[in-house]
Parts: sequence; C-alpha cells; structure tokens
Amino acid sequence: MRLHFRLAVLAAAAALAAACQSTPEPVAAPAPPPAPPPVVAAPPAPPPAPVVVERTGPLPGSVQDFAINVGDRVYFGYDQYDLTTEARDTLRRQASWLNAYPGTRVRVAGNCDERGTRDYNLALGARRAQAAKDFLVSLGVSGDRVETVSYGKERAIDPRSNAEGWAVNRNSHTEITSGAAIG
Amino acid sequence: MMNNLPRVRALRSNKSEVPTRIWTRLFAVLAILSAAWGLALAPQAFAQLRIDVTEGNVDPMPIAIPDFKGPDGAVSKIGADIARVVRADLARSGLFKAIDPKAFLDVRAGVDSEPVFADWRAISAQALVLGKVEVAANNRLTAEFYLWDIVAGKLVNLVESSAQEGLSIGTPSSENWRKIAHNIADTVYARITGDKGYFDTRIVLVSESGPRTQIRKRLTIMDQDGANPSPLPVPGDLVLTPRFSPSGQQITYLSLSGGKPRVYLLNIETGRQEILGNFKMSYAPRFSPDGRLLVMSVDHDGNSEIHLFNLQTRENTRITNDPGIDTSPSFSPDGKRIVFNSDRSGSSQLFVMEADGSAIERISSGDGRYSTPVWSPRGDLVAFTKQLNGRFYIGVMSPDGKDERLLTEGYLVEGPDWAPNGRVIIFFREDGPGAGPKLWSIDLRGRNLQIVPTGGNSSDPNWSPLP
Repeated sequence: MRLHFRLAVLAAAAALAAACQSTPEPVAAPAPPPAPPPVVAAPPAPPPAPVVVERTGPLPGSVQDFAINVGDRVYFGYDQYDLTTEARDTLRRQASWLNAYPGTRVRVAGNCDERGTRDYNLALGARRAQAAKDFLVSLGVSGDRVETVSYGKERAIDPRSNAEGWAVNRNSHTEITSGAAIG
Repeated sequence: MMNNLPRVRALRSNKSEVPTRIWTRLFAVLAILSAAWGLALAPQAFAQLRIDVTEGNVDPMPIAIPDFKGPDGAVSKIGADIARVVRADLARSGLFKAIDPKAFLDVRAGVDSEPVFADWRAISAQALVLGKVEVAANNRLTAEFYLWDIVAGKLVNLVESSAQEGLSIGTPSSENWRKIAHNIADTVYARITGDKGYFDTRIVLVSESGPRTQIRKRLTIMDQDGANPSPLPVPGDLVLTPRFSPSGQQITYLSLSGGKPRVYLLNIETGRQEILGNFKMSYAPRFSPDGRLLVMSVDHDGNSEIHLFNLQTRENTRITNDPGIDTSPSFSPDGKRIVFNSDRSGSSQLFVMEADGSAIERISSGDGRYSTPVWSPRGDLVAFTKQLNGRFYIGVMSPDGKDERLLTEGYLVEGPDWAPNGRVIIFFREDGPGAGPKLWSIDLRGRNLQIVPTGGNSSDPNWSPLP
C-alpha cells in the first residue's frame, strides 16, 4: 500500500506541516479510496509544465490513513474484554502509526452489543477501551496521548440485530482527536 | 408548571347535609390527608368494598363512574373528561373494571340524591363514583364526588378536590383537570385497596429517534398515563438513565455529550443543570432517599466502582474496591443499604452492602446473569433484569435473595422501576431484533401487562415520587 502514496508525499508536505499545528475535528467513517484516475500524459509542447502529482490514497498521518491503512477498530467476544490475536495485530499497527506521528492524540472508545443492560455495558465498554489502551502503552505509546471512554451499547455502527451485527458492535474504536494531517 | 397544583381543602359547609353525611365527609377528608401523609388507612371500615392487591388471583372490581355533571356545557365537558381519566386510571391498575357508561341504567344519578342501587346492581357494579364539577368566579375548578358501596348500599366516601386559580375553561388541555382526576382515582384506589394510589405522578423517560447507527436519545417527562408529554431541555443527543430526586424537583441523568459520559443534575422547575464533580467517566446515578447523596458508578481505568456524591459538600467517596464491574447501585428506602450488580464472582450478580460499602453480600443465586437491581419504595423487594439462554426477564426477589419471581420475559426487557406505592413495575421492552423499545408496566403478581403510551420508541423509565 505504501508505494501508492509515495508520489503523494511531496504534494502533501505543506498541508501536513500546517495540519500538525491544528486540531482538526475527527472525520466520520471514511469511504473507500477512489480508483486512481488515469495518468494524464504531459504535452510535449514547450515550455514544460510542472509535473502534476495525483494523490492516490489517504494522506499519510491523516485520520483516513489511520482508519484505512492501520485499522481503527478491534473486536471482542461476547461479554469479553481480552484482546484476540487479530485485535493485537491491529493494535500493533496502531502503535507503530502513533509512534510515527507523535503529535497525534487519540480517544479509545469501548463499545458493546445490545445484549446487555445499559449500565453494565458502559462498564464493559470501559474495560475494552482500557484493554486496548494498555496494549498501546505497552508498545511505547505514551499514556498521556490516549484517553479512554465507554459508549456502552449506545453507539452501534452495524444496524443489524443479529450475531453478525453484534460482533461488529463489540469493539474498541481508536479515534484521532488531534494532531492528524488533514487530507 | 407547578404553580397550579390542586389541593385537598376543607369542605365548605352545606346546610342541607344531615349530620351523618358531614361526619362522612370529614372522615373522607381525613382519609385523603392520611393517604397523602403516608399514614395507614383503616381498611376494616370498608370491609365489603375491598381489593387485596397482594392476592394472586383477583378479578377486577366492576366500578361505575358516570361523567361528572357541570352547570353548563363547557363545565360538563370537563366533568366528562375527568370521569374518563378516572375510569382509565382505575382500569389500567388492573384491579378495577370500569363499566362502559353506555350500560348505565340510572342515568339521572348525581351528587344530590341516593343512586338507585338496584339499577347499579343490575349491571354488576360493586362501586359507584358520582361527582360534579364547578368553576368558581375566580376560575377555580372544583370537583366534588361520592363513592358508593353498591353491594352494601351505602355511602363510603366523599372528598372534594380543587384546583387553585389558573384554569381556563376554554383550554381543557390544561393539566389542572387531569390532576384533579388523578387525585380522585388515587382516593378511590386508596379507599378500596388500602394502598396509596399512584395516579397523580409523572414518568421521566428517554425518547429515542433516528436510525440505530445515528440514534438520538432525549429526555421526556409525562404524566403516568402518557398525557402531557414534554421534552426536558437537556443538551446532547445521547441522554440516558434519568432518575427523579425524592422531592420530584430534580432529575439526575447520564449524558454522553461531547464524548464524555458524565452525571448531570437538572432542576425541573428552573431548568438549571450542572455537571457533577470532577469525575472521570461517571454513570448509573440515583438519589439517596433523603436526597442528599447520589450513588453512581465511576470509572477507574477500566474498573467501575461505586461512589457516593454529597450534593451539599460536593465530596465524592468511593465505597467499593474490587476489580469486578460494580454498577447500577440503588438505595434501600431507609437509606441504610445499597443493592448493586457486580461480576466479582464471575457472571453479573446482585449484591447488597451497607451504605458505607461494608458487609457486601451476594443475594442472587439462580442461573443466569442479573443486573439493574432497584429497591422497592416499600423496602420489601428488589426488582431486576435477568438474562438467561438469550432471553431477558424482569423479576423481583427479597433483599435477602429469597423468593425470586420472574414477572415477564422477552427478546429484550430491561430497566425496571417502581411505582411509588411499590405495587407496579415499569420497564422497557423490545419485541424483536430492531423493533425498537417501548415502555410497559406489570403488577407484582405478574399480571396486567400493559403498554405505557409514549408516542414513540422509549426506554429508561423512572417513576416520580408521590407529589
């Protein structure tokens, strides 16, 4: 994936520098990246125009970069808060990214499916968020950069009320709250 | 909003009354005052007209409540509205069957003469409420009514209930006539069951709107019968678990506003609200019975503990200390103990402790996972949510864990709360995947399951105390 973004880096450098100074609002769930447009051949006529670089994916260091190329959610078993192998893999990528962009801060939100009572799920979500945070911290991310919260069963991302939907809704979501590149 | 509450006041003199009637009137006034002050009634005085709400299998008592009469069309309309609400209140309790007025034979029955008992017995009425409505020059609405024991053929009761100034006859949607009706229903219920009525009360709830993945949850307050619904001006799109203060003047709730779950306090009268304390994440708030404390859960780095928050000193004190989940705390009505749920012993179970956090004892012992315990206002029971084999149940047990009874079950039933007389439980229920939650009520016998009208998807009901 990273090769796709090599050309984008130059064009985005200025924007990145600017974005690091600001605290952009987190962006909602990103759409899949569009298919790269065909490369337009530069006309041979003089004087030669500057090369136009088309960006082909999320800007590195951006919220979309984190969501698409790293993965901003990890998933849990029913009434569980221990990290699965998959969850650890995703969190390792998150930690690498966070270590690569030390100006970023995140909020890890724990979420639950709807098959538990409201207060209990708030408590369970807090456990999930903390489990994810602890793992990130164990990989070198400063705890000061990681805020945790629980939304219990209040923020479903999958509308289905079945086993598949519940599995998606049992997650911890790592949201970049500041320091991301705007792209 | 609260300026126009009707009050029970001393009856005006009526020279035409015979002494025994005056005595009956005074007794009736004492009775309603007793009910209001929580004193025990004297049920033996009405042995013939009596329902025991704790009995397992009681047929509803047939009661006739003709429209209250008024001096003119506009006031008579209010009289009809009042009688309709009294009928609805008593019928919804499940203890009474309101006879359809179309069946009435003694159509001239009013407050000025004895009813024709034979006519009421002919339609199987056991009790009869006759009333009239007047509007005084100062626009004060007054309802006067009699309760007749049809079986014994005697007058049981007469109470006058009235509203203070402020009612406009042209706007019968005003809450005043409804409040009078609920007072009348409370009086009849109390006289016949020996328990306090609960009709002149309100319910605060969460109104849900929008698709599941962008759901909005706002607070609504309404009368217990669903009338006069009104949104509470609380900011935020995810507002949860509202609970009345013992005075009924304040509501504590959880808001996820700004992505930070925090406990808030709202004064219903002034609209003033505040975030409580410098907590981390806090949730699951409830008042202590004296209104001086909130008990709630506070997150300690992924570990939920129960705290007491002193509303005067703003001090907050952690009273549990265990790596398990400790949440959904609820005080006993004497303020001495707290019931909560915890998974410290494995799955989520119910525990009782002293109000300082000492002497923790597990009380639930059946299969399944128990949560959301709520202590009855009578002190005798704890209501809870139970999950077993993929189903949800609402049940009750004694505070020592004995005598567990499951009252109702469903795809999702959750969050029980008590009517202030401790005889009825309200909760929310979702009938299937994606069906959306609605409010339901059920009595302690597990009978009289009824939907509570709210006009939309609703959850987290909390019943006000008596006014």
